[in-house]
Amino acid sequence: MQARFTRVMAALALASGLSGLVQAQTLKVVMHSDIKVLDPLVSTQYIVRNHGHMVWDQLVAFDEKNEVRPQMASKWTVSADKLVYTFVLRDGLEWHDGAPVTADDCIASIKRFVQRDPSGLRLAPSIAGFEAVDAKTFRLKLKEPYALVLETLAKPSLSPMLIMPKRVAETPASEPIGPEKVIGSGPFIFKADEWKPGEKVVYVRNPKYKPRAEPPSGFAGGKVAMVERIEWLAIPDAQTAVSALTRGEVDMVEVVPTDLLPLVEKDKAITVLPFSSGQYFGRMNWAFPPFDNVKVRQAAMVALNQEQILKGVIGDPRYYKVCKSMYFCGSQLATDAGSAGFFQGDAKRAQQMLKDAGYDGTPVVIPYPTDLPTLAPLGPLAKQQLERAGFKVQLAPMDWQSVGPRLRKKEKVADGGWGFFMSFYDARDALDPIGRTVLNTNCKTSFLGWPCDDKFEFLRNAYTRADTIEAKRDIARQVQERNTEVGVFVPLGEARFVGAMNRKLEYTFKAPITVFWGLKKS
Amino acid sequence: MLSFILRRVLAVIPVLLIVAVLVFGLLRMVPGDPAAVIAGDAATNEQVRDIRERLGLEKPIPVQFAIWLGRLVQGDLGQSFFFKKPVADLIAQRLEPTLALGACALVLAVSVAVPLGVLAAFKQGSWVDRLVMGLSVMGFSLPLFVLGYLLVYVFAVELEWLPVQGYARIADGFWPFIERLILPSVALSVGYIALIARITRTSVLEVLNEDYIRTARAKGLTDREVLVGHALRNAAVPILTIIGIGLAVLIGGAVVTESVFAIPGLGRLTVEAVLSRDFPVIQALILLFSCGYLLVNLLIDIGYAFLDPRIRY
Repeated sequence: MQARFTRVMAALALASGLSGLVQAQTLKVVMHSDIKVLDPLVSTQYIVRNHGHMVWDQLVAFDEKNEVRPQMASKWTVSADKLVYTFVLRDGLEWHDGAPVTADDCIASIKRFVQRDPSGLRLAPSIAGFEAVDAKTFRLKLKEPYALVLETLAKPSLSPMLIMPKRVAETPASEPIGPEKVIGSGPFIFKADEWKPGEKVVYVRNPKYKPRAEPPSGFAGGKVAMVERIEWLAIPDAQTAVSALTRGEVDMVEVVPTDLLPLVEKDKAITVLPFSSGQYFGRMNWAFPPFDNVKVRQAAMVALNQEQILKGVIGDPRYYKVCKSMYFCGSQLATDAGSAGFFQGDAKRAQQMLKDAGYDGTPVVIPYPTDLPTLAPLGPLAKQQLERAGFKVQLAPMDWQSVGPRLRKKEKVADGGWGFFMSFYDARDALDPIGRTVLNTNCKTSFLGWPCDDKFEFLRNAYTRADTIEAKRDIARQVQERNTEVGVFVPLGEARFVGAMNRKLEYTFKAPITVFWGLKKS
Repeated sequence: MLSFILRRVLAVIPVLLIVAVLVFGLLRMVPGDPAAVIAGDAATNEQVRDIRERLGLEKPIPVQFAIWLGRLVQGDLGQSFFFKKPVADLIAQRLEPTLALGACALVLAVSVAVPLGVLAAFKQGSWVDRLVMGLSVMGFSLPLFVLGYLLVYVFAVELEWLPVQGYARIADGFWPFIERLILPSVALSVGYIALIARITRTSVLEVLNEDYIRTARAKGLTDREVLVGHALRNAAVPILTIIGIGLAVLIGGAVVTESVFAIPGLGRLTVEAVLSRDFPVIQALILLFSCGYLLVNLLIDIGYAFLDPRIRY
């Protein structure tokens, strides 16, 4: 009888231990949004980018110093005339379905990428062709030297350059891939059969993944998956998500609104850490009055006050930073050149500038989303500041999904157009004058405000040929100076979005965005 | 009765057709473009146009409608623009949580509200009556999401009796299933309880003043026999009506409840589909809700005949 009791107890203990082990190997996470589109090239939503880095890997990648390192590639070489880039893949790379990763897969992925991504579209005209030398080696041939080939191929955000199987990468660049095609070679496998839109997305560790030997650094290095299973739970209500975290029902909440931060900051079982940071910006519509007048645009830049906007949107000064640079402050190209006297809310000077510009009272229409807490306060704040300077302002509140189509309308205000809008870029996308679509001032191809400035565009082109960091810095500074002369991009300051996670979780490196390699659960 | 049911079922077809035309037309008139949502705000106009073409949104609206209707009559609800999954699959995944939540809230509401309403009527003017009516005013006035947060704070965060959020399918076990439904069902049913309790009280009060109730009492029947055997049955028709009407309130409330308690049901699917302009999903959901509402109304009409022998179709 006693032996039987002992056996039962031992079995129970084992079961309990196993259950604990499984629990420790499963991570339940509330990301900043649910995922709807699974294709990180077609969608530029940040949640899709994060999903992309779970499943796929990059040929080359940025490390934490923002230098390009080999990732799936074991090495690359550049010909003396800088017209041929040869990449060699690492040994043993496999897709999640067991097929080997080949040079053809890389070529197809790059071809798809350059049809769609802004950086890729800029590289595309310089490409002469591709050549698969063998299963592991391929060449990218250029018509003319292009200084940003590696940076473009290492692009980590807003349509990251990820390597997909050829059969997937042959999907037209305008058509998002479906769940059955989410096959990567990255550290985690997407479980299509467990994906319940609006409920959860499930990833499991890729047992065949071959991490690099180096420690993780930025998007480069050894991407070691330290948990077996990750569930992204869709909890749309921030209060509920925070309650679930404090109760231990979830392990991590990627973004905690600043008004709920005190709840997690006082909880000793929870660590608060910034998962993402970025830059608020504004854009004036150059195509129609009043911002078709450069002097009016300058007056608006003088009237706007970064610090007041950041106070209104973020509130807690620990999580915002005044930064007049177009490039994320602290990054390689950051500079405040040419910005003296701008973005400080100098209403008197702005009034005089408006008068000198001959402003006729044409209203500035500001479409803004009321359903995104991180963007909703921007409209009323900008209205107040512009009105103080003498602008007439009309707010156009709407849901986020209505804002995009409104911004695409190249029409007068009376016909449903707009004058000024504001949004946000992740820090990863605010590092140079190339990657952001809103910096395109090509008179034929620019959009969302339709800026047209040959000098600005000339400088951006020059940046793509600058091959030293000194040269890049010099051109980036000139771009910034030109920006405050003509008003292409209105920097509205930087914010850090804070998340929270159970103290049992620990990153083994400084994660560049919310990634799940190098994250262990004790 | 059978011919009545048949006539009512046939009448559903033109109603659904009108709903289909209205929903399809209105969706194409509201601002917002699903292609722009898919592409993201960094996409160029050409890229958005490519996606619109692929989704078939560049075709004239009557052509789009004809294609959709043609598929619908063959039982094909189409594919979600975003998830690239059949709409029928998405709805099937979300149906159980909403049905479970709705059923629990309905059972809870009826089993609490009807006795409370009867009690209030029977004790008219007493402190019991005032208490029940006072609570019902509170039930009406308290916003659903506030009540939800309060319940979560007290019973999940502070007392740790019940989970904060989520849904477990009934196949995962009865207790995990029911423990996640308790708080949402309570939150969802409170307004419904208030509504039914008030109508029950009014209806029973009216019946209690009828001559046949006095006769029943004169015959020496107990209060319980009078209430259950005579008053309640005769007061049941308005109560049944309000339960049916209240189902629409439940559907609306489910949207908020599912968001607060992170239940992956049809309410949240509707909100997500509307916000992302996922036309095929919205169209299918509106038709589904319309069918559900018509079915409930039919059942209530049939119920009248059972409750009141004077009603015959």
